[in-house]
Amino acid sequence: MNIYVCIKQVPDTETKIKLKPDFTWIDTGGIKWVMSPFDEYAVEEALRVKEKNAGSTVIVVSAGPTRVIECIRTALAMGADSGIHIEIPETADNNMTAKALANALKKEPANIGLVFTGKEAIDDGSAQVSQLLAGFLGFPYVSVVLNVEYGAQSVKCKREIEGGAYEIVETALPAIIATQKGINEPRYATLPNIMKAKKKEIKTYKTSDLGISEGDQKIKFKNFELPPPKQAGKKVSGDPAAQAKELARLLHEEAKVI
Amino acid sequence: MGKILVIAEQRDGKLKKSTFELLGLATQSGNETSAVLLGDGVSGLTKELEQYGATSIYLIQDASLKFYSAESYTLGVLEAIKQASPDIVLASHSPTGRDFMPKIAACLGVGLASDCTQAQISGVNLKVRRPVYAGKATVEVEFLGQGPRLATIRPNAIGAPKPISAQTAKVIPISIQFTGLKTKVIEIVKGNSARPDVAEAPAVVSGGRSLKSAENFKIIEELADVLGAAVGASRAAVDAGYRAHRDQVGQTGKVVSPVLYIACGISGAIQHLAGMRTSKCIVAINTDPEAPIFQVADYGVIGDLFAVVPLLKEELKKIKEH
Repeated sequence: MNIYVCIKQVPDTETKIKLKPDFTWIDTGGIKWVMSPFDEYAVEEALRVKEKNAGSTVIVVSAGPTRVIECIRTALAMGADSGIHIEIPETADNNMTAKALANALKKEPANIGLVFTGKEAIDDGSAQVSQLLAGFLGFPYVSVVLNVEYGAQSVKCKREIEGGAYEIVETALPAIIATQKGINEPRYATLPNIMKAKKKEIKTYKTSDLGISEGDQKIKFKNFELPPPKQAGKKVSGDPAAQAKELARLLHEEAKVI
Repeated sequence: MGKILVIAEQRDGKLKKSTFELLGLATQSGNETSAVLLGDGVSGLTKELEQYGATSIYLIQDASLKFYSAESYTLGVLEAIKQASPDIVLASHSPTGRDFMPKIAACLGVGLASDCTQAQISGVNLKVRRPVYAGKATVEVEFLGQGPRLATIRPNAIGAPKPISAQTAKVIPISIQFTGLKTKVIEIVKGNSARPDVAEAPAVVSGGRSLKSAENFKIIEELADVLGAAVGASRAAVDAGYRAHRDQVGQTGKVVSPVLYIACGISGAIQHLAGMRTSKCIVAINTDPEAPIFQVADYGVIGDLFAVVPLLKEELKKIKEH
């Protein structure tokens, strides 16, 4: 069985976002790029399935500028077998990205068992690609998955919904599973595995190889804005009893939120 | 005049407030507003959709729709879109809407603007803004190409309207054969907490690593209970095992925007601030006067949370009892 993991490279969560002077995109200068945290769970889950199913292969796919190859290498160092890089501009929308991923997977051997993704990428946070991919591949999907019980023909997923509730969803294979934090604890790459990863194969496609054209871009982000800076607030002083009393009064009488 | 289709959302036979928010947005634009309602034995809810301005309601009822499932909802909503031929389709960015709407976009070959926090409709033009990088910036979304414009709107981000006049809606039943489905919801496991969900609650009391243990979150819970608030946690507290990830506030957790947010022992890492900075009133309680959380706090208490929080609970209880 071949297991695919679609990952995205994003700015590290500690990044302070700055904008380009013309507000058409963020200023990417000086950004530390990392694998989107939810994708780390996807990679880990794929590796665990592989370890329990001898003869399986894990292939990591990522779409983006050349820099995303580093991110593929990170997944290879965790233990994935090979990678596919799709060269696509960073301004590509979810539709174009998902179609490119789907068309790359359609070029692969037919024995796709599972496709993992993170439940969303923490940059645009759209949470669309796994479902779009499912649509383009004709596979079922389960999103925001916290646990999977694997069977030969189907899997049972625990899916997080609102209010601390869960759904137990059964789906036929092949399927797309979008992982949520909590599903597993991603491993760290060891030094020998980092060395080995350098020799693993990464295939590259251009969008033209995958039949992707400008018309596949369905939305565009524009007029980027930063949130307005906040005014410095009031400090509540005194001993703890005085602070508690004054804070309660301010919340009640001034902010009127109690 | 254009046409807008609102995807109504119900759970356990009750419509969500976000559905009324969407109906308000649609009807205020002066376009013809229809709604699609899916479920099992939910025809009684059409009255409410009517009161909030839907002039036609596509009603899809089936035993298989007792539980939400992406696959059956997709079939149903696609059929309603086919019949209504809308210019704009609106759904809530809830765990349900965010799950099936991208699939609808894939099937129609059109774009979807998800998690919009601002939306305006003039004529049949849908203008939306949405956060990126968990709210460290926002962007306007431009739709390209032809076909209906799809958007999911964040709950509580746009105002909820009042019910409008006693007009009559046309109820259009749609019958669909739900066969050959590949996924099946086997059961729903309810949360065991009586507290509201952190993403939906009007008030949130959050704790950080300074709480030092899961047990110590009891003082946070007690304060939350006085306020009817949800309990939140920083990433550090979640990673230390003090709280479940579903309570995590921040870029890799939930983005929240309650009326009141009380951060206890949270220093305010940039990824945490991204997840709560749009809260209406922010309180920070922290021993470190240099903590970045104070830069976004409306009220700052430099002090030990273990001393201040229980006293604050008592003070707020007094106010509540009055």
